[in-house]
Amino acid sequence: MRDVAIIGVGMTKFGELWNQSLRDIFAEAALKAMANANIKELDALYVGCMSSGLYVYQEHLASVMADYIGQAGIPATRVESACASGGLSVRSAYLEVASGMSDIVLAGGVEKMWDTEDGTFVLATASDQEFEAFNGVTFPGLYAMMANAYMHRYGLTREELAAVPIKNHKHSVNNPNAQYPFELDMKAVLSASMVAEPLRLMDCSPITDGAAAVILCPLDRAKEFTDKPIKIRGIGSATGPIALHDHKDLTKLDAVRLAAERAYKMANLKPSDISFVEVHDCFSIAEIIVAEELGFFEYGKAGKAIAEGQATYGGKIVINPSGGLKAKGHPVGATGVAQIIENVEQLRGDAGKRQVPNAKFGMAQNMGGSGGSSVVHILEAM
Amino acid sequence: MAISPRYTREIPHRYRLEAQKFKCGTVSFATRYICPDSKCTESDKITLKGTGTILSYTVVHIASDQFAKETPFAVAIIETDEGARLTAQVVDCKPEDVKIGAKVEMVFRKIMEEGASGIINYGYKAILV
Repeated sequence: MRDVAIIGVGMTKFGELWNQSLRDIFAEAALKAMANANIKELDALYVGCMSSGLYVYQEHLASVMADYIGQAGIPATRVESACASGGLSVRSAYLEVASGMSDIVLAGGVEKMWDTEDGTFVLATASDQEFEAFNGVTFPGLYAMMANAYMHRYGLTREELAAVPIKNHKHSVNNPNAQYPFELDMKAVLSASMVAEPLRLMDCSPITDGAAAVILCPLDRAKEFTDKPIKIRGIGSATGPIALHDHKDLTKLDAVRLAAERAYKMANLKPSDISFVEVHDCFSIAEIIVAEELGFFEYGKAGKAIAEGQATYGGKIVINPSGGLKAKGHPVGATGVAQIIENVEQLRGDAGKRQVPNAKFGMAQNMGGSGGSSVVHILEAM
Repeated sequence: MAISPRYTREIPHRYRLEAQKFKCGTVSFATRYICPDSKCTESDKITLKGTGTILSYTVVHIASDQFAKETPFAVAIIETDEGARLTAQVVDCKPEDVKIGAKVEMVFRKIMEEGASGIINYGYKAILV
């Protein structure tokens, strides 16, 4: 297996992109990434997307996108793992380059979520249709049940839960691509409309249109294209039970722990080596449980640590410098790729006012469903 | 969404709470070909008694269109007395009465209608006991 580097990145602004179609936003991100890497031709393409069929009635997506970015002829593959589609797209492209099959591969992700009528239904298709969604449980409802189980066991308070979106919104103010780059206070979180108890609207990541793309090539060719290649140091991918009720412990996410263990092992690194992490904070409780599964805090302790400032600049580790899914936005298929882009910008030293100082290793943790899948990447500044 | 054609094969678990009991002892409410823990494939179909305990719950305020007119409604993860897990609505009570550790019994109820011309789906819900 060859070492692999990221040599170019590109993304759209995240938000309500009414004047652009699904293919428009993917092409904007892909062409920006290709320009960033100074390339005109690709050897292969991967597109992560959860549900273009249900959202905008377009399938056969990899060919649509290869064609629309002027690359018809290359092999192109769509990758789907619900909200972890983007992370799995990057992993798939990594394997193609590392194996020697191809040299220049684009890994992208895209989701057009505002063009649909019943987005709650579409998102619930990432749960177990027959045993969960059929009985009326929504996606926020699944994470709400994790939150209630966690609060019951560990005594996490409603205010500690609110500290997660408050911190992430504070970070997002310095991200020009963020959907909601404004600060939140405790009152705004605790008075927001109820979605699924105890989760309120401000605990939930938003509906977002957006696309993101990165270009991978063999590390030994990276300097042909960029002065600041970023090495993919470790990757871990894992699955978990599809239905939340089949998780042995409702306060844990086994797929995240397994993916992280694999990524740390491949990278030969440990949690204390990581300067910052982009985590999948689809709901406030998710960031707390994920931060524990990644090894940054002990079980039952991450909520309090985040509320005490341990997950922001000057703390133990910076979690979600981009603003996370909550404030940056969560176009489900694009999210995992956008997390990698935040890593690349931080490790290149190009993150402006949200720069994490002296960052050598960064991490991205992407997750599908209620823990049915997770992909973890560790990246390294060269 | 049209899921009507498949409903006949869902009848055993939706109507009768049929579950899979593996030789290793694991009971799975989603009938399976293989035990996810022991990987054993020898099993019998059993019928759950329909009694169990709430492991966690939520009260859904924003639902998909099919359930929108029922909000707010309680949903819980239940461990049955046989050790199987399932997710179901908790009804015939105030949502605020639903608690972790509460004992429940499964009942046969209407779940939802598939639009104006689709079939009416029935299945299981839980009541507090």
